[in-house]
Parts: sequence; structure tokens; C-alpha cells
Amino acid sequence: MLKVENINVYYGQIHAIKDVSFEVKPGEIVSLIGANGAGKSTILKTISGLLRSKTGHITFKGEDISKTEAYKLVPKGLAHVPEGRRIFLQMTVKENLEMGAYTKGEDMEKDIESVYSHFPRLKERQNQIAGTLSGGEQQMLAMGRAMMSHPDLLILDEPSMGLAPILVQGIFDIIKEFHKMGTTILLVEQNAEMALSIADRAYVLESGRIVLTGTGAELKASDAIKKAYLGGA
Amino acid sequence: MSFLSNFISGLSLGSIYALIALGYTMVYGIAKMLNFAHGDVIMVGAFTVIVVVNSLGLPGVVGILASVLICVLMGVTIERIAYKPLRSSPPLSVLITAIGVSYFLQSLALLIFGSTQKSFPKVFTVAPVHLGELTIKGESIETLAVTTVIMVGLTLFINKTKMGKAMRAVSEDREAAELMGISVNRTITVTFAIGSALAAVAGLFFGATYGFIGPYSGAMPGIKAFVAAVFGGIGSIPGAMLGGILLGIIENLAKAYISTELSDAIVFGVLVLVLLVKPTGLLGKKINEKV
Repeated sequence: MLKVENINVYYGQIHAIKDVSFEVKPGEIVSLIGANGAGKSTILKTISGLLRSKTGHITFKGEDISKTEAYKLVPKGLAHVPEGRRIFLQMTVKENLEMGAYTKGEDMEKDIESVYSHFPRLKERQNQIAGTLSGGEQQMLAMGRAMMSHPDLLILDEPSMGLAPILVQGIFDIIKEFHKMGTTILLVEQNAEMALSIADRAYVLESGRIVLTGTGAELKASDAIKKAYLGGA
Repeated sequence: MSFLSNFISGLSLGSIYALIALGYTMVYGIAKMLNFAHGDVIMVGAFTVIVVVNSLGLPGVVGILASVLICVLMGVTIERIAYKPLRSSPPLSVLITAIGVSYFLQSLALLIFGSTQKSFPKVFTVAPVHLGELTIKGESIETLAVTTVIMVGLTLFINKTKMGKAMRAVSEDREAAELMGISVNRTITVTFAIGSALAAVAGLFFGATYGFIGPYSGAMPGIKAFVAAVFGGIGSIPGAMLGGILLGIIENLAKAYISTELSDAIVFGVLVLVLLVKPTGLLGKKINEKV
């Protein structure tokens, strides 16, 4: 589905991503975990065309997308829920969902209903300005908005950020639902515990480099991971 | 002239400012830049009408259509050549480029048409309306009628159409809009096209109201419209409409009751006062800090 080969990303002089390669196979849930500033979001932004790598290739469904402009990736089947949700705060809930279907056009009402079936709360608030939603509702809206384009690959950047534990569980349940519907998922999380429980495979990132990889269960059992990310021995 | 007729000419002048201010505010909201060459588009539009109607002897309607077409093409071309390469440059570079484009257009007009003002043709004539003591000039009626239609149309376009919603999305969060599959570049092009078309219409009414057009005719209404946009809250579409109309009314009443010479000073003084009390302008929103 997605193949990232040997990318190097710079912010000015800062070498943020160093020789990173990884792969997401169709139907998988893959997690990237790592501390704040390890470069997780940078990798995702590079995949979706908001940043450029100096080297290497990014291949999506067999097509090289390293130089493709961000807005052209949505119709190819890639949707990215950015860090901090980035919903359109001054637009209504429904308008936000419409923007998610910007490149699709047809069956919009049906798709909106389908998003509402996953998130009944959004239906209650469909005509409300998105800025008035709570954090959890905003995350639901960001995810629903991304699903409006029927992506093959859904990229999620810190979906649990700033949410109460009970809401985090709800968000991860929804990720599983989307996965069951046939969506491949690339997940970035600081909440390593959750991210590893849900993942088929995971990569651990440290200072812009991948330092460890394995199945979710393997990594969860590894001492190094326990120590660094799971809060204890 | 009675207070009411002064008020109505002010309303009419204000709707011309509003048309121009809309272009300023939309470009600012979506491309995040101040297009200081926007006022000169009015001048180009008005000169197009003069050339088509006076020199080529074609009907007024052709002049109007040609003016809108040329302004749209010019606005989009300016954006492509002068501003697009600076999309990720510091705002100051873009601002200085816009001032350069403004001087370029003025000098070009000076080269082609010379420095003497040309008389603006009577494109359409609406008879003045008499209501008892009150006389409303034909130009005021047509200006008010057309700008009302345009403002209603634009509001519907922004709120109801797919492109309009995409423009709001880009204005709010460019990167997130891009992730929705919205082409930011195309959206900016459309914004410049709409803004320039509105400036062409404003040029038409401006020419009809004042009767003469020279190479620098766009500069002052351009600056006033910029003031109107800031006054109403830059980036806000209803703000530009309100700011433009209020500015026109204040200017005309100041001319009639205080002093013609001081009217501009009064207009800019009002801006300073409003910004002291409400720095975001009348309808401006506070920038949402990202959490």
C-alpha cells in the first residue's frame, strides 16, 4: 500500500528525518511511536506532500508520490488527519464533512449519513459551528471528515492528543471499526500503550531515525520499550 | 442639498468603496497578502471602457464586458507572475512587490494615455428620481442596485457553493484545506478573478460618478477601500461591505457639513478611532490560536 524508502527531511539546517524507510501493507494497522520531537508528524507530512524529502522515494499503491502535490493525493485514496485535528473552526460540522468529500462530489448525503452512524453526536450538532465542539467531538469530526473521501489509507496523527482516557478508548474503537471496513491505517501516537495494542506492526522513532521495529505485541513486551514509553520496568 | 440626498450619494459612493474593499478583503483572507495594486485595477477597468466606447465606438455593454474580462485576466496574470513565486516568502516581500505592481500599472497607463484625464463615456443613463423635495441621481440608483445584487450574489456564493466553501476553508487553514484535496493555488486564482471583476465594476461606477479618469485615478479609491476593509475587519466579507458603505457616508456628510478639504482627514481619523477601540475592525474576528 505505502512504501517509504530512505527519506531525509530538513527544516532549514535541521536534519529532522534521517534515512527513514518503512512499509504499510494493505489491510494493516501500522503505528509509529516515539517521544515528542522524534519526527513522527514530519514523516506523515512528507507522505502527504506538505513537506518534501531530499532523497528517496515514497510509493503509494505502486505509484511514486514523492513529488505529488498534497491536494492530488486525496483522490488517489490517501487521507490524513493532521495533528491537532485542524478542523475548520468557523464552518459548521456539516460543512466540514462536505470539505472532506471535496474531490468526490457524488453520494455526499449518503456518506454524511454514514459518518453520522459512526458518530451520532456529530449528527446532533451538524449545524453547529465546529469551533463550539468539545475536544473529543472535534477529533470525531476530523476523523469523519477524512473518511468522507473513502480512503484506502487513513493516516492519523495523534488522535488521542489532549483527550480524557475514556474518550481515547472511544477513538481507538472507531479506528478498529474503520479498519474492519477495509481501511489500511497508519497511526502516529505518543500513547504507546494504545498504539501498540492496536497495531499489527510498529516502528519506534528516536531523533528522526527508526531504531526498532516489530509486531505490536513484540514491542509491547520489549524491555527497552517498557522503560522508555510505557512508564515502568 | 438636503441631508437625505447627501446621505444617498454617500451610500452610493460607499457601495463603490465596498466593491473594491471586497477584493482587498477576499485576497487578504485567502492569499494572506495585501494587494496594493488592487486600486489600479479600477483605473485599468475604467480606461478599457473609455477605449472601447469612445475610441472604438462600440456600445456601452461591450465596454462593460470588455472591462470585466480584461480586469479578470490582468488580476489572474499579476497573481501568477508577481505573487505566486513569493507564496512562501516573508509578507514584506509580497507587500513591496504589490506596491511595485501598482506603480507599474500607473506608469503603463501614463505611457499609453498620457497624464491628462480622459472623459468617461455615458454608458447607461438612468433618469434621476424625484421624491418631493428629494432628488436621487441616476448614477446613485444604478450603483446601489447593481452593488446590492453583487453583494447578495457574493454572499450566497461564499456560503452555499462548493467553491465558496473551499475558499472559506483555505482562508481558515491552508494546509488542512490542501489535505481535503482543495487546490490552494486554484482557489487563490479564483479569488483574484472575483476581486478583479468587482474592481472592474467599481471602475465603471467610479468613472460614471466622477466623469474623468487618469492614470492615478485608482490610487485614492484603492486606499479608501483598503481603509474600509480594515475598518470593517480585514478578511471579513460582511465587514468590507459595512466598512465601505459607512466610509462613503462619513466622507459625503463630512464634505457637506464640515469641510471638503478636511473630508479625507476625517475619514482616516474615524479609522484611527475605530482601531483604537476595536483593533480587529467592526466585524473582524480574533485570530484563533491553535491549541
